[in-house]
Amino acid sequence: MDDSLNLVLFSGTDDKLQAAAVLTAGAAALGKPVHIFLQYWALDSFRSDRVGADHGLAPEAGPAGRAAVDALAADGQASWAETLRQAKDLGEVDIQACSLSMDLLKLEPTDLDPLVDGVEGVTAFYLNAGEGQIVFI
Amino acid sequence: MPVIEISQTVDARGLSCPMPIVKTAQAAKVVPSGAYLELFATDAGSTKDVAAWCKATGNELIEQSSDDAVFRFVIRRK
Repeated sequence: MDDSLNLVLFSGTDDKLQAAAVLTAGAAALGKPVHIFLQYWALDSFRSDRVGADHGLAPEAGPAGRAAVDALAADGQASWAETLRQAKDLGEVDIQACSLSMDLLKLEPTDLDPLVDGVEGVTAFYLNAGEGQIVFI
Repeated sequence: MPVIEISQTVDARGLSCPMPIVKTAQAAKVVPSGAYLELFATDAGSTKDVAAWCKATGNELIEQSSDDAVFRFVIRRK
């Protein structure tokens, strides 16, 4: 349980980010450190002016998936951003923006939501991952 | 069997995974060692999740029961 969970987030849709948030919160509850590396469209979803926006769902969701997600949200399920905030409060969760993706999207650190702790490159991410699992979402 | 005094009750009824465990873990952080927590949950996965969380963290599952659709767990913080 001491090995870290290391998530590389590439997709920025709300369903995939919610899945990532659930994995993160579960790990945090178990005392497992979590390192998140935000790339591409996942990074884009953490922009402070967009973090609460509708980021859509993966194509396979379709209209039925959309209805299901909306129903769960109406029932009171927390957003992925709120789930991540709770996970950070609970355990050791570090969220870093991929510096290549920062260049790609022409972002400054100040453009990002406070959920993001900093910017790093892939080497630092691997070093912090150590022997822990790396998962790509 | 000594009378169990509950230090904190976690009401996770209506909350889906992972919130019942997240809220239990948050409560476990603030109560002293040896204290008892009580969790109410309606999520179907919570029975297995609570047992797994206790096993992984060293907290002890003292009792569990269900009434209608509500599960009740008593956990002793290590």
